[in-house]
Amino acid sequence: MSNLIAQHPILIVSLVKIAVLMFIALTTLAYLTWFERKVVAHIQSRWGPYRTGPHGLLQPLADGLKFLFKEDPAPAGADRFVYFLAPFLALSLALTSLAVIPFGPKEIVILGHKTPLAIADLNIGLLVLFAITSLGVYGVALAGWSSNSKYPLLGGLRSSAQMVSYELTLTMSVVGVLLLAGSFNLREIIESQAGAHWWIFPRWNIFAGSFPQVIGFFCFFTAAIAETNRLPFDLAEAESELVAGFHTEYASFKFAMFFMAEYASMITVSCLATILFFGGWLSPFGQSNAWGWTHFLPTVLFGLAGLYLIWDGIRYETVFGKVVLPFLGIVLFALAVLFTFPGVNDFVQGPFWFLLKVLTFLFIYVWLRGTLPRFRYDQLMAVGWKLLLPLSIANVVLTSLAIVRFSR
Amino acid sequence: MTGPVIVFFALAALALGGAVSLILRRHPIHSALSLIVVMVALAGLYLLLGAEFVAAVQVIVYGGAIMVLFVFVIMLLNAGIEERTNLSRMAGLVGLPLGFFLTMQLVYWVAHSESQMNAAGIAAGGSAASTRDLAVLLFRDFVFPFELTSFLILIAIIAALVLAQKES
Repeated sequence: MSNLIAQHPILIVSLVKIAVLMFIALTTLAYLTWFERKVVAHIQSRWGPYRTGPHGLLQPLADGLKFLFKEDPAPAGADRFVYFLAPFLALSLALTSLAVIPFGPKEIVILGHKTPLAIADLNIGLLVLFAITSLGVYGVALAGWSSNSKYPLLGGLRSSAQMVSYELTLTMSVVGVLLLAGSFNLREIIESQAGAHWWIFPRWNIFAGSFPQVIGFFCFFTAAIAETNRLPFDLAEAESELVAGFHTEYASFKFAMFFMAEYASMITVSCLATILFFGGWLSPFGQSNAWGWTHFLPTVLFGLAGLYLIWDGIRYETVFGKVVLPFLGIVLFALAVLFTFPGVNDFVQGPFWFLLKVLTFLFIYVWLRGTLPRFRYDQLMAVGWKLLLPLSIANVVLTSLAIVRFSR
Repeated sequence: MTGPVIVFFALAALALGGAVSLILRRHPIHSALSLIVVMVALAGLYLLLGAEFVAAVQVIVYGGAIMVLFVFVIMLLNAGIEERTNLSRMAGLVGLPLGFFLTMQLVYWVAHSESQMNAAGIAAGGSAASTRDLAVLLFRDFVFPFELTSFLILIAIIAALVLAQKES
């Protein structure tokens, strides 16, 4: 075993990183469903999941178990092979794209090997992401086709047309960022955004000096929502028209896989928006000593959350909640204390800001779902081709002009 | 065998298997899926050669855009299982010997090629075609042929639009 580690250090370290990231990603996916149900419920003046565990915290677990134990019939006349392939394709591609996301600037040490805080630090990171996204269409299209049923077929056709159309905008809208950064490497794109204007404004691409990427971000985020088939662009599964769209005929865990794929791509897109336009792991505050106190913001946030959970848990109705919630609070508080140690404090800064920004984008996703009505299909196509695509091309032209103008 | 060689043979087998399955499968969707496998395996081979940009573009353009269009059209037309006919006499008499001859030709030239594939050099991370080199080639050295090609494609798109329009 030790011989194997000595011979293939990169292989072993990568496997360890993949296992850890998989665990974290799948847990996050599960709790993202809880987060979404809670937020949408509160937007609609409801409580959301409340019965399964304190504040419904065990709901994802219950859902998962239910999916596992459901009967899993395949519709008559379905193309068996493709029918089984589609959900695997959707989920594996969605999870693969997380591999190139860098989560923090510092290197970590696994089994004595220094390695960046990402599974792969590629020169063509962004292109790989787009390659995986472009293959993501197949999961949806093939699921719709192989079910041998009219609603899934219509849903599959709609969504593949939609995803192909919006992929163009998605790709064009990031060209501005690429021009500013001069690299496809996600780490280098983040590092190119370091610094601040007038001591206070971070030099993120959305506030970039030569040409702020506001249009680019607007196009990118709109296209990304369409690309992940989320409201207000979830025409693929418009309940009122198509039952459940492409996954109508899927049951049990195969349905869950489509569900997980959707949430995984939401996470990827949020990470991408953070990296490309909002400075990734860079703190919104300056690097000078005057801003040193901001290094303790993680501690403050976790500490307050922990104290609130303890306070809330003591007053909770059920005995289970009275035990679990204060325990979670104590864990958060312990983390807050841990974050004050100099070494840990330094390490935590990057991931903290990165994850905070990603969480903000995830909240915006859910917020949009709770607020906006669905587009009509012709409106969707018109917005994609006649508004977003010309806008993103204009953004490319303006950005390159600005770079030529200001870099001399 | 070293790592790159193993990966090469795995990808080559995948590409060949996909190509054979593309011909043998009777349903258009299955054939299209096989073609996607070929495209992605080829992208892997490009990656092995150190041409990362070409590999990514291969997946984005061929694997993503073009094949999605194929699958989309097959789904839209709801094409059924293809019919098989017996081999025509012409194909049997002329095609098979000709195909055999061409394959032998290919094998001969590959076997006698001067430039040996250097797996070790590739594994060392030699970048055969970086993004920057490609950009310089496309947008400086060969900018006029490149722009002419895009003009040609634009004409084709407009022609397709005109043909697709309903006559009023």
